[in-house]
Amino acid sequence: MAVAQAAPASRRRFRSFELVLGVILTGGMTLAVLFSGFLFPDGGESMDLMARLLPPFENPAHLLGTDPLGRDVLARVIVGGRISLTVGVLSVMGAVVLGTLVGLVAGYYRGIAEIVLMRFADIQLALPFILIAIMFLAILGTGVDKVIFFMIVAQWVQYARLVRGSVLALRDREFILSARAIGVGNGRIIFQHILPNVLGPIVILMTLNVANNILLESSLTFLGLGVDPLIPSWGGMLADGRTYLQSAWWVSVFPGLAIMFTVLGLNLLGDWLRDYLDPTGQATK
Amino acid sequence: MDNPSSSQRHDAPLLSVRSLSVEFGSGSSPFRAVKDVSFDVQPGRTLAIVGESGSGKSVTSLAIMRLTDYTGGRIAGGEILFRPSTGPAIDLVDASDAKLREIRGKDIAMIFQEPMTSLNPVFTVGNQISEALSLHEGLNARDARLRARELLQKVRLPDADKLLDRYPHQLSGGMRQRVMIAMALACGPKLLIADEPTTALDVTIQAQILNIIRDLQAEMGTAVIFITHDMGVVAEMADDVVVMWKGEKVEQAPVREIFAAPKHPYTRALLSAVPRLGSLTGQPLPKRTPVTVMDGGVPKQTGTTHIQDTADYAKPILEVEKLTTRFDVGKTFFGRVTHRVHAVEEVSFDIYPGETLALVGESGSGKSTIGRTLQQLVEPTGGTVRFDGRDMNAMTPAERRRLRQQIQYIFQDPFASLDPRHTVGFSIAEPIVVHGLIKDRKAIERRVHELLEQVGLQPQHAKRYPHEFSGGQRQRICIARALASDPKLVIADESVSALDVSIQAQIVNLLMELQERRRLSYLFITHDMAVVEKISHRVAVLYLGQIVEIGTRQAVFENPQHSYTRKLLSAVPIADPQRERAKTRIEGEIPSPVRPVGQEPAIHRMREVEPGHWVAIESDQLRGAA
Repeated sequence: MAVAQAAPASRRRFRSFELVLGVILTGGMTLAVLFSGFLFPDGGESMDLMARLLPPFENPAHLLGTDPLGRDVLARVIVGGRISLTVGVLSVMGAVVLGTLVGLVAGYYRGIAEIVLMRFADIQLALPFILIAIMFLAILGTGVDKVIFFMIVAQWVQYARLVRGSVLALRDREFILSARAIGVGNGRIIFQHILPNVLGPIVILMTLNVANNILLESSLTFLGLGVDPLIPSWGGMLADGRTYLQSAWWVSVFPGLAIMFTVLGLNLLGDWLRDYLDPTGQATK
Repeated sequence: MDNPSSSQRHDAPLLSVRSLSVEFGSGSSPFRAVKDVSFDVQPGRTLAIVGESGSGKSVTSLAIMRLTDYTGGRIAGGEILFRPSTGPAIDLVDASDAKLREIRGKDIAMIFQEPMTSLNPVFTVGNQISEALSLHEGLNARDARLRARELLQKVRLPDADKLLDRYPHQLSGGMRQRVMIAMALACGPKLLIADEPTTALDVTIQAQILNIIRDLQAEMGTAVIFITHDMGVVAEMADDVVVMWKGEKVEQAPVREIFAAPKHPYTRALLSAVPRLGSLTGQPLPKRTPVTVMDGGVPKQTGTTHIQDTADYAKPILEVEKLTTRFDVGKTFFGRVTHRVHAVEEVSFDIYPGETLALVGESGSGKSTIGRTLQQLVEPTGGTVRFDGRDMNAMTPAERRRLRQQIQYIFQDPFASLDPRHTVGFSIAEPIVVHGLIKDRKAIERRVHELLEQVGLQPQHAKRYPHEFSGGQRQRICIARALASDPKLVIADESVSALDVSIQAQIVNLLMELQERRRLSYLFITHDMAVVEKISHRVAVLYLGQIVEIGTRQAVFENPQHSYTRKLLSAVPIADPQRERAKTRIEGEIPSPVRPVGQEPAIHRMREVEPGHWVAIESDQLRGAA
């Protein structure tokens, strides 16, 4: 019995407090990072050993204080966003594209394609992450591009499995059958009818993984497998600051806040996007 | 409007609903699903609440159990007075949770529409029945099991002992519904609420379930509230009838009065839309008749009376010969097939231009598989299909694709068959786009608008999404989509079965009108004999994947030869309370079409009883002849 009628599509889709806040947070962060070269030509590298561990909000030259080497925390947070955002966003996008394609093919065509692709995915899931990381980056060497490439290779499996599962549930639904009955070809069924219906869960996983990967980059860097440790990144700063947590909280709290706000912004955008993509307005289905 | 005195008996009512209102949603404008409804239920009698979807009949029944609390509803006013087995009458509207739990399942029990989803799949049948018994009667495990077995025997389930240890998925729909009834009756309730208990079942199974409910009611003296949309079921089951429309009670009367002299215009419209088996007796061709629809509270007639003389018997458009479709199920560890579903076995028939051939049968008869095989959604195992004289087996892939333009398929559930993420305009345009029928975008849009108008919708609807439409409108959209590619044959697979009767009558008329205008051929797949009578030129009756009887509609309906056809026709509930109830007792499950490999079913031999009327020779007749 249809009791609650959904609000008209137009009103629902752009109502969104989520959209506004999400855009402000992610947009602001992106802009700051894009213009970081302008704002801080020194790249947050210049040290001032006389001004070590200055607390925040006291010195106008170091608004967010300084770190143990006397470097400006604000500058480093903004410059550090370059590595963190690049790694976080690009790695997730790469993994989404690769994983979704594999999942669509495996789930839709089944058969040999599915067996080969999914068993390959299972094998990869069975290997410990750090082990492959060490192996992989030891062979390739380090650098931002290698870190991103590695993360794509490590994470496409999640998307592939997620998408394949959704496709399996969808492919026998009646509207897919009825599209086939009309004479719609496989390609069009996959991209016009199945893909839009699996985007919801992908978007959720994506936003979660961006945060994850920002932190992952710092773990890799910490192990000496990631980016050059001298280049600032949020994860790296968090790791560096942890020994000073008792005496100088600002060294690690501000990069932490940067990660938090970015992730919050992305999550809000993701939620909005998921609702936007679903005309029925039933987020979970 | 409220006139309970007409059905008042001398004894006090068991349940007395007074000015009940139920609201959903919150904020400034909650949705009022039930408005000011009053009625009484007398002990031992059956009250039917009839209405179409959205009438508030189910909400009313949920409110009596106070189950609306769990579905987001709120009782906004009125009282529900119930006399439990012990103690004075209580008002269920403000009874405590503890009191309600005591009453639910013990004094008032409920059966739901969907027996699969109302049984918990991880418990055995025995456990589920015992649960109620140990909860309300305080029986120990052994006694509860014994009682459970007794109950299963009461609902005439064979082999009750073994059944106790089975899981719901191992039972057929009819068996599950019997288990539900056994559960509901476990504690000997004084009131049983049955919410569309037979809607999801086949007709012959429905007839059995209705019999069981009636017999048990007589035996145990239970009062029954029967929620249904089916006037045939009402006529067979009810003592009194409450008609609901848009959340209000529009009429209440004893069953004979409702049928003989309906007072409210809505009741009259509802009854006029009910397809009645036998209404075309003596009439060789299908006939369109006007439908009364409620237009803003005022009944209005639409459509005209028209004899559907559209068929052209010169040359068939579709010839099906010995079509066989089987599915492999059950494989050994090494991948060897052990069992097969013999869905369709050597079925042959023709369809002529402008003709409607109805395929009737119950679940497992293979009727949908035939449709899906013709639409190339399922690969046939054998046989030939010729469309317009061309053998499908000999066609190139490109020609086969073109066939999907000339044959279209309308599914049962219009909501499930429309992609929820696309506008209906997109869905309707899709056949045009994929077959490249029109290239220009503006022209496609015009064509979509034209199609929407042809099925009785408006052009601006093209921009909306499927969930913004009602069930009947969605089915119109599916029909528009099927017509978009200008097909010659439309396969309608239970396309009107899920719709309310008044909507169903309109859709049937629409299909017939389109047939006349476009000389369409229909393969009309259904289990509903009354609709078949109205729409079809010829009828084929399917049983276990084979045709047991085929002929003109008049021949099959007025002179049924095969015992299964007769059984099917007699199982249909007739919307006429004057008729004697349940003359024939139908028993037995529908057998399964799954067989071990190597045990092929015997193919029926057919004999012609009159020109064009073929019947399968039954085994006892064979023996008699030998």
